[in-house]
Amino acid sequence: MAQHRVATVDEIRPGERKIVQLEGRSIGVFNVKGTFYALRNVCPHQGAEVCLGSIGGMTVCGNQEDGTLSELRFEKAGEILRCPWHGWEFEIRTGKSIFNPLGCYIKNYPVTIGQKDVADGETLRVETYPTSVEEKFIIVHL
Amino acid sequence: MSEVKVETKGSKRKTGLPFIDCDIHNEVPSPDALKPYLSQRWRQYMEMVGTRTYHGFAQHIPYPKGNAGGTRQDAWPPNGGIPGSDLNFMRKQLLDPLNMEIGILNCLYRVAEQLNDEFSAALARAVNDWQMEEWLDKEPRLRASIVIPYENAEFAVEEINRVASHPGFVQVLFLPRTREPLGRRRYWKIYEAAENHGLPIVIHFAGLGGNAITSHGFPSYYIEDHTTMAQAFQSQVISMVCEGVFERFPGLRVALLEGGFAWLPSLMWRLDQQWKRLHAEVPFLKRKPSEYIREHMRVTTQPMEEPPKLEYLLQVIEWLGSNEMLMFSTDYPHWDYDSPELAFPAKFPIELKKKIFYDNARAFYRFK
Repeated sequence: MAQHRVATVDEIRPGERKIVQLEGRSIGVFNVKGTFYALRNVCPHQGAEVCLGSIGGMTVCGNQEDGTLSELRFEKAGEILRCPWHGWEFEIRTGKSIFNPLGCYIKNYPVTIGQKDVADGETLRVETYPTSVEEKFIIVHL
Repeated sequence: MSEVKVETKGSKRKTGLPFIDCDIHNEVPSPDALKPYLSQRWRQYMEMVGTRTYHGFAQHIPYPKGNAGGTRQDAWPPNGGIPGSDLNFMRKQLLDPLNMEIGILNCLYRVAEQLNDEFSAALARAVNDWQMEEWLDKEPRLRASIVIPYENAEFAVEEINRVASHPGFVQVLFLPRTREPLGRRRYWKIYEAAENHGLPIVIHFAGLGGNAITSHGFPSYYIEDHTTMAQAFQSQVISMVCEGVFERFPGLRVALLEGGFAWLPSLMWRLDQQWKRLHAEVPFLKRKPSEYIREHMRVTTQPMEEPPKLEYLLQVIEWLGSNEMLMFSTDYPHWDYDSPELAFPAKFPIELKKKIFYDNARAFYRFK
């Protein structure tokens, strides 16, 4: 499994994202409340660059059986990615779609945080994003 | 550790089948953009009264629907304008990267909904002049609809006659929620003019209009409105056929844009069934209703029907009784855009796809 340093942890703030190109694949790296996630930037529906979509939450309600069908609540704020074309929604943490989590999902990749000396190879984009030895990197595993 | 670079767009080579896009939307950036094309009288009117439609004094279209502006989120041009208003950005996002040979613009500026017929006609003139100057004369891959004040046939005919000679105009635009069903006599002069100029008329999906989208009133939700649009189209098809429009104007061609097509086979079956029993009521119908529909009408694909299995989709197309009725469209830059590369299932038969992507539109529009 190849490791790719994609940014420093300070570079992608909570609620933000960065689109990177890894091994010919476009991938979105997201910071959801301090934890990083990586998703393939292709919507399984019609191929839109899904990682450019809006990030928000979702409205859900309870059930008829327990009398809470009309109780609306807004949850998972900042955890839902909405495709910029047709609005299909996905959980950033898992890549799974809301309407069919098992049958429709975006490929996701493990993300870890590492020191500069943890991963080998050259430092990424040092000319654009100056880093120091102490800084932590976001590493995507393909 | 490999090199990472931020993705650059616009470098994609053209892939996929060549196609004709039967539905692209160019947007008037703001009412100010029309002022150079309006007479002093109507500029003053616009400033003093502004738009008056079924929606009272609203200045803007009541969108978002689906997405902000009812458009693809990635379609906002960098110049700060609204999606569809910037030709250069449209070139970069749509015309250049895709294998499109011809794209047809349908400008949905609220012209025919104006309650003031004279203002409606003035806006139609302004929008068409703006289309010629800002779009057709600048981009040879684009064609456009003539926008008309279709609720006043006299003014509509004047406008068709005024601009029909411009080679960029290839059809006449209606929206589906008209004051009366489109087969009725108040619209016949428009069909006569279109036929005389060899121009098809098209009816394009639109969320606004004076009449409710359903036959039983206004529904609560946008998802209902969007789905029920098929009902509005069905009513227009039935009306145009049953009023004998295609007997009276045998050269008239009609395209239904963005109304779906899976409903059309069952509508044709039912119309034919009723015609066998009731033809004495409409003796001017010399042929089965389905024959008029197959001969005179075409339907665009977007938003593509998405049944659970490909075989169902192919079955519907077989039921249409013709492989020449469907024409591909993207609906760029709207939020329910169809990708020419991925809207059709991978195993869709290639010969049929070629007809839908290219041949059918070329024949319908008589493109060389």
